[in-house]
Amino acid sequence: MQLRNDAKRYGLIAVLLHWLVALAVFGLFGLGLWMTSLTYYDPWYRDGPALHKSIGVLLFATMILRLIWRWLSPPPPALSSHNPLERLAAKAVHLLLYLLLFAVMISGYLISTADGRAVEVFGLLSIPATLTSIPEQEDIAGAVHLYLAIGLIGLVVLHAAGALKHHFLDRDNTLKRMFGL
Amino acid sequence: MKKLVFPLLLLSLTAFSPAQAADYVLDTKGAHAFIQFRIKHLGYSWLYGRFNDFDGKFSYDEAKPDASTVEINIRTTSIDSNHAERDKHLRDKDFLNVRKFPTAKFVSTAFTEQGNGKALLRGKLTLHGVTKEIDIDVEHIGAGPDPWGGERRGFFGTTTLVLKDFGIDFDLGPASREVYLDLSVEGIKQ
Repeated sequence: MQLRNDAKRYGLIAVLLHWLVALAVFGLFGLGLWMTSLTYYDPWYRDGPALHKSIGVLLFATMILRLIWRWLSPPPPALSSHNPLERLAAKAVHLLLYLLLFAVMISGYLISTADGRAVEVFGLLSIPATLTSIPEQEDIAGAVHLYLAIGLIGLVVLHAAGALKHHFLDRDNTLKRMFGL
Repeated sequence: MKKLVFPLLLLSLTAFSPAQAADYVLDTKGAHAFIQFRIKHLGYSWLYGRFNDFDGKFSYDEAKPDASTVEINIRTTSIDSNHAERDKHLRDKDFLNVRKFPTAKFVSTAFTEQGNGKALLRGKLTLHGVTKEIDIDVEHIGAGPDPWGGERRGFFGTTTLVLKDFGIDFDLGPASREVYLDLSVEGIKQ
């Protein structure tokens, strides 16, 4: 399997980035819902959010790398069997996925840094606060973070449903390509 | 005839109201009034916080102190414990539920001088949608002219609230079921 994307296939780097991001998004969504439901005396009451933030920052860095890689090595064009409506829908969903991912990550950062505190990444690195003066910042950022995350997962379901439709109904290579095949 | 009744009523009210009772407005503009709270953290230390946005007024007559009245309105969303993530949680459904209950209110029902500069203030506190009678221990701090041509009067009050009484039952541990309120208020005479 080649590293770079070519005109027909995804390369190893794009494939790994795609599935790594998918895993992180599902993990962070579950962890986020679970950690905010914990009682005060739960051993994970502090570690859950710390892990959520650490992974979130790493996901942000990964997404930046992904955008750079996308620019350096553009993905292969859609299969010729896809009709114009499918192409348009796929493009729109991909674009929205990128936008929502960044919006969710930035809003999460704005909750924790609303009072000027930094975000710690596994205790090794700390990302300083920048915007701190939006009125009721932590509450607004919190609502945006939650609802956009739910929207993101909805969009992921649509994205996956599209892939499964191509695989099982159209019996084309769309899903297989995402494994580098 | 009907037109005359209202002005006459007003006239009679002003004629018979006691002239001495002075009305004061809390100096929240100049931030000389504070609603602070403290609650034990795990039973090991005190955690302090405050409400930043509130207003209030009181009337006080030295000749008739027992006729004093107090009213305070607090915007619950202004809770500030110097930690954004905690404040967000405190505004949430687990605690104040500020979306549903954006204000808390205290309206006095009785004021009793106890001598030695102390008094007992009784009133109805509405917090988290629950109205309950509470007693506030009051200490007279001082009163008199300010350097800018006004007159001021200030009190310090303390009370203890059991959170569960106001329907706030998130478990913070056995040492953290009560919250202590420290009220430091200065009023400007109107």
